[in-house]
Amino acid sequence: MSEQLQSDFDKIIKTFKISEKEIQIKKSFLNKFIDNGFPNRKQEDWKFLDISQIIKKNIGDLSFFNDYSLPNKFDSSIFIDGLEHNKIIFVNGRIEKIDFNYEDQNQIKINDKIRKNITFDNENSLIDLNNAFTNKVFKILIKKNYTLKKPLIIYHLTDDKIKSKNVNLSLNFELEENSSLRLIDYFSDNTDKNFVNILYNFNLKKYSILKNYKLDKFRNNNLKYSFNNIEQDDNSISETFIFSAGSDYFKNEINCNLNGEYSSAFINGVFSLKENQQHEIRSTINHLVENTKSYQLIKSVLGKNSKSAYQGRIFVNSKAQKTDGYQLSKAILLDETSEFNAKPELEIYADDVKCSHGSASGSLDENSIFYLMSRGLNYQQSKELLINGFLLDVVEKITDLEIKNLIKNIIGLKE
Amino acid sequence: MDTREKEIANLKDYKYGFTTDIENIRAPKGLNEDVIKFISKIKKEPQWMLDFRLKAYERLKLLKEPNWQKPKYPKIDYQDLYYYSAPKNMKDNPKSLDELDPKLLETYKKLGIPLQEQARLNGIAVDAVFDSVSVATTFKGELTKHGIIFCSISEAIQKHPDLVKKYLGTVIPVTDHFFATLNSAVFTDGSFVYIPEGVKCPMELSTYFRINASQTGQFERTLIIADKGSYVSYLEGCTAPMRDENQLHAANVELIALDDAEIKYSTVQNWYPGDENGKGGIYNFVTKRGLCKGKNSKISWTQVETGSAITWKYPSCILKGDNSIGEFYSIAITNNHQKADTGTKMIHLGKNTKSKIISKGISAGFSDMTYRGLVDINSKAKNSSNYTQCDSLLMGNKCGAHTVPYIKNKNFDSNIAHEATTSKISEEQLHYCQQRGLNSEEAVGLIVNGFCKEVLQQLPMEFAVEAQKLVGISLEGSVG
Repeated sequence: MSEQLQSDFDKIIKTFKISEKEIQIKKSFLNKFIDNGFPNRKQEDWKFLDISQIIKKNIGDLSFFNDYSLPNKFDSSIFIDGLEHNKIIFVNGRIEKIDFNYEDQNQIKINDKIRKNITFDNENSLIDLNNAFTNKVFKILIKKNYTLKKPLIIYHLTDDKIKSKNVNLSLNFELEENSSLRLIDYFSDNTDKNFVNILYNFNLKKYSILKNYKLDKFRNNNLKYSFNNIEQDDNSISETFIFSAGSDYFKNEINCNLNGEYSSAFINGVFSLKENQQHEIRSTINHLVENTKSYQLIKSVLGKNSKSAYQGRIFVNSKAQKTDGYQLSKAILLDETSEFNAKPELEIYADDVKCSHGSASGSLDENSIFYLMSRGLNYQQSKELLINGFLLDVVEKITDLEIKNLIKNIIGLKE
Repeated sequence: MDTREKEIANLKDYKYGFTTDIENIRAPKGLNEDVIKFISKIKKEPQWMLDFRLKAYERLKLLKEPNWQKPKYPKIDYQDLYYYSAPKNMKDNPKSLDELDPKLLETYKKLGIPLQEQARLNGIAVDAVFDSVSVATTFKGELTKHGIIFCSISEAIQKHPDLVKKYLGTVIPVTDHFFATLNSAVFTDGSFVYIPEGVKCPMELSTYFRINASQTGQFERTLIIADKGSYVSYLEGCTAPMRDENQLHAANVELIALDDAEIKYSTVQNWYPGDENGKGGIYNFVTKRGLCKGKNSKISWTQVETGSAITWKYPSCILKGDNSIGEFYSIAITNNHQKADTGTKMIHLGKNTKSKIISKGISAGFSDMTYRGLVDINSKAKNSSNYTQCDSLLMGNKCGAHTVPYIKNKNFDSNIAHEATTSKISEEQLHYCQQRGLNSEEAVGLIVNGFCKEVLQQLPMEFAVEAQKLVGISLEGSVG
């Protein structure tokens, strides 16, 4: 694999117009990745779903070269209608369009000149891979006191030009004081057997609000990995909603640092999986100062041969008194071949805290089905109704009414 | 001298601690085939036992020490340890209670341990009337009447080789993790219990009453077999503080429950935790595993862990037989610089298997407490269920409490429920108790006992009372 990586890297670097120094930085990331390779189950964070095995099994040999010099076409019919929105369109990892037509152009600054790679104190080799191969990292800055009028939808499209490829993309957001952004990640794939690696960094200043909704609804055979790093200042709020249902493999990772007092983070996730799908959410919430709050709710409905995993970690620093941390994960296993794994972890160094977690998994309650059937529904309908209600609980946690309704429509949940 | 050697030196210097007698028979320092052969020879073991040890040693050479645990410890030089040392001479032991550490005596008093018991614990030759050996003999007669075998494992290897051969290493194989394999290679002694078919053991079996129990050494091996339809309750350890010159303790405990059998295993561990500054103390790296081999069998672990500098153990249940039940009740208390990483594994393989985990962790001072557990329901374990509850209590902001549960459900018929909370003692509760005349330490003791009640009530009567006091004592100096 390392030869492939090296030659693809040399090829791709020729299409980038970047300085020698930047090339060197990218090279160092590449070398780090070559040393470590794809993460595997020997690493604690990848214990449940081993990406290196999954890539081997589902894709085989990956290639890393993408030609970013030519624009890709995209079909505008896939755009969400019924909701006016701003757009960012990625096709095969190349940014094709950035459109903030509904907004005051002075309040948003878009910068593609930053070459600074997103780095964290992290042993994650996929981040190194991303940093080595992303062609452009856009930074989107929302200015002080500005609230976006319309949500921003990022379309993640792939077309049949790519196969067995690794696609890397990265965005950097900064929300200045008292600003607010609603962001929807919308995945629509026309290909299969690619590995998409997404890296977002959010910097939330005082009183800013970020709402991020990730919708992976349509069935496809791609593998996806998404990493959100969120830095939060005083009184800021982040809300993440994940609907994880479409891809063969999807791991959403969220690392949230609550650096400012009275900041809070909410993560809500739904897995709705069928045949051979393997999805995971891994969250790390670091409560670093006093009076911070986090809340997580993850629900899974697992069909035949599917597997979901939830790894949630709440870390409370010894300074972070009065922390409120909560995690709940629930799963319904529909078939004898489905599997649910959880590792809800608490790491606490302060005493005046309220932290708890819960996890429950099992089959659909036969008594409830019986109840519904006795009222005239057939077995299938009763089952659907129960699952519907089970998942709706998470969707109801979405605080934005407009988007909540949109998501209900997209994923087909009825009240 | 490196730090660990200093620690050992400190332990040896400990004013009222034990010194090692040079005249004793002792295997040469270090770990190699010859030492293992020496141990086996001196214990007059049959060839198959030596083969077992050597197989473990072969395997050990390929293994590395695990490194995923939370409490890190300085590297242990395994070549610098003595793996066999014969029991100490009586003449080295203190002659009377007056020679003991007054602090220790005070603790005894608080725990309400009888005088002769105090003496016995410290190896003081006691009056013939109170001689525990004679007590043990009386018990032994009673046990023999029922056909129960309760002896040291070395004795069992000589007298009941067929039983030992059949079951030893079936739950913890020689191919297990580093410390378990180390134990398989060099274990010196331990207990052996066999309860015949249909027998309900008439008394709580305790290491207290087993001859030679006081010198089981650092590599203890216990094997308990409950044959069809039998029942046994086994007590390990005692509430009294134990001083020991060995820093590393790597014991193996194997339980096997056949059809309809039940084993209840209770542990109270109060080994030397090191001083207030975290110097010295015992590393308690124990592998405990129970196999519910037969249908309708049950294994229940109860532990109160208050001692040791580092406690690192996961008493586990493999629920292989249909309808079998595994239970785990634990209280772990860490104070000063103690560290604990403990929990359980419940592996459901058979149909209709049930497991329950209740874990209470309390950390105070500068200590660190981790609950780490695994619940794994296999795809064939239809209609199984697990309930887990792990609560942590923190005292002060210099300590840590962590919960790391692994939950794997591969069966759609099965249910797993897990709950965990972390909190501190509320000011209101403290205020309420103090208002009624308790001082702050008594108040904390009372509240903590309430917090631990679910586990304490699982202990056999005689243990429970002492354990309750122990909980209070362990937290002394952590409030105010």
